[in-house]
Amino acid sequence: MSEPLLQVKDLEVYYGVIQALKGISFHVNEGEIVSLIGANGAGKTTTLHTVTGLLHPKHGSVVYAGQNLAKVPAHKIVSMGLAHVPEGRRVFQNLSVYDNLLLGAYTQTDKEKISRQMDSVFDQFPRLKERRRQLAGTLSGGEQQMLAMGRALLSDPKMIVMDEPSMGLSPLLVSEIFEIIQSFRAAGKTVLLVEQNAKKAMTVSDRVYVLETGSIIKEGMASDLINDESIKKAYLGE
Amino acid sequence: MDFLSALINGLSSGGTYAIIALGYTMVYGIAKMLNFAHGDVIMVGGYTMFLTLMALGHPLVALAAATVFCVILGVTIERLAYRPLRGASPLAVLITAIGVSFLLQSLAQIIFGSSPKMLVQLQISGGITLGALSIDYSTLLTLAVTAVVMVVLSLFVKYSKTGRAMVAVSEDRDAALLMGVNTNAIIAITFAIGSALAAIAGYLMLCKAPSLSNTMGAMPGIKAFTAAVIGGIGSIPGAMLGGILLGVVESISYSVPALAPFTDAVEFSILILVLLVRPSGILGKMRREKV
Ligand SMILES: Nc1ncnc2c1ncn2[C@@H]1O[C@H](COP(=O)(O)OP(=O)(O)OP(=O)(O)O)[C@@H](O)[C@H]1O
Ligand SMILES: [Mg+2]
Repeated sequence: MSEPLLQVKDLEVYYGVIQALKGISFHVNEGEIVSLIGANGAGKTTTLHTVTGLLHPKHGSVVYAGQNLAKVPAHKIVSMGLAHVPEGRRVFQNLSVYDNLLLGAYTQTDKEKISRQMDSVFDQFPRLKERRRQLAGTLSGGEQQMLAMGRALLSDPKMIVMDEPSMGLSPLLVSEIFEIIQSFRAAGKTVLLVEQNAKKAMTVSDRVYVLETGSIIKEGMASDLINDESIKKAYLGE
Repeated sequence: MDFLSALINGLSSGGTYAIIALGYTMVYGIAKMLNFAHGDVIMVGGYTMFLTLMALGHPLVALAAATVFCVILGVTIERLAYRPLRGASPLAVLITAIGVSFLLQSLAQIIFGSSPKMLVQLQISGGITLGALSIDYSTLLTLAVTAVVMVVLSLFVKYSKTGRAMVAVSEDRDAALLMGVNTNAIIAITFAIGSALAAIAGYLMLCKAPSLSNTMGAMPGIKAFTAAVIGGIGSIPGAMLGGILLGVVESISYSVPALAPFTDAVEFSILILVLLVRPSGILGKMRREKV
């Protein structure tokens, strides 16, 4: 098999003296959807922040597309094709929907390509098109999540990491979000997904890692883990 | 007529405050720090004009030289004094900024002495008379420059890619990084713009009153900072509004004999009043501080 697109090895991350990640390793192959599930405070967000350069590990490495990201500044990572849809959406409240999307394309230089991608994002999210002049801060939670995903798409990523995209959304919207995630795969993108909604996450994923207080305690095919008794008990509420 | 001329003079000195306040507010909004050395950049611009005038003579050449030198100075201060403190406690940054302010003032005093220099070449005298109303040319120039600065800066922030990135960095630095925005570069650009505006403000001040000393930036700096807070620190339209408002209040208070001796007190009362009613300033956004 070829090299994984993302290879994380022995990652240890600290906040001051507090160790949030205790040496975790995982990988994501090209074209896969991989989920990272775990309880509050397990270290999921910390993991994603370290992958995209917002945090720096004390030990361990993140290798993306064959390149070690240790020396790559955070703002250069998105132009390598690795986009991050952050926890809590983090859209720019005081900018219009359109300006938010343009910021997603900040590293793109080809104007025609940007406008093509803008059109395709508007096709996929018609509500964003209707509201493109509206300030992002006035969008509903679901619309903000769409905007956060559309914004990531405008960087034309090869891989998207997503942090709890279904958080705080109604069941109908949650299903819509997961359909969108599957559409990313159909568009040839690789996805690393962090979710509290473990059941939904497992149904769309190929593989799953379970994180508990900074360590990976289980990994496997989603189809296997979804029937695992301890997983059922701890994360699926069954 | 007295009131009208006080109003026009107020708009003009308010314009100068607004131009300086823009530097405070943009740096605060984007770098999240109070650059207390901002007023002293005005003073350094003044001495740059003094030196250029001795060598070359023309006021516009002097203004250009001061603008370039202030931009270099502002970016250098940010790089050497403030960037290493990114992520440090706000108090440490504040003390450093005050230190930079003293450093600039002391250097100017060591190099140029403490007696004021007269830059008569910059002075614009005369004016126009409309009936009983007379307006100095320097006042008109200040009004025109203020208007141009406000329009250009607003368009730049709203419609340029860099302007969008500035708004993004001011709102959420990490999210801006995820978009691929080089936040350090955006902060440096912000200091550059603020410092260029300080040079322009210094020029306008010297057109009116051509006396140059190492503390010339201190009082306008404090007034402009007050203006920025009144308007809502971090808000660009707020700095414009706050500057104009403060200038008009100052000038009108000055024109009323009973209030004239207490003009500074009147101005700072306005600050207190505004903060009582709207703690985040007139156009400031009420927002929760994120940890
Ligand atoms: N900025 C910070 N400073 C100190 N400790 C932090 C910081 N951010 C996170 N932590 C700690 O690191 C651990 C992991 O946090 P993290 O945000 O990665 O969890 P998470 O799995 O994303 O949780 P959630 O599901 O609630 O989002 C937690 O114990 C948390 O308290
Ligand atoms: Mg999290």
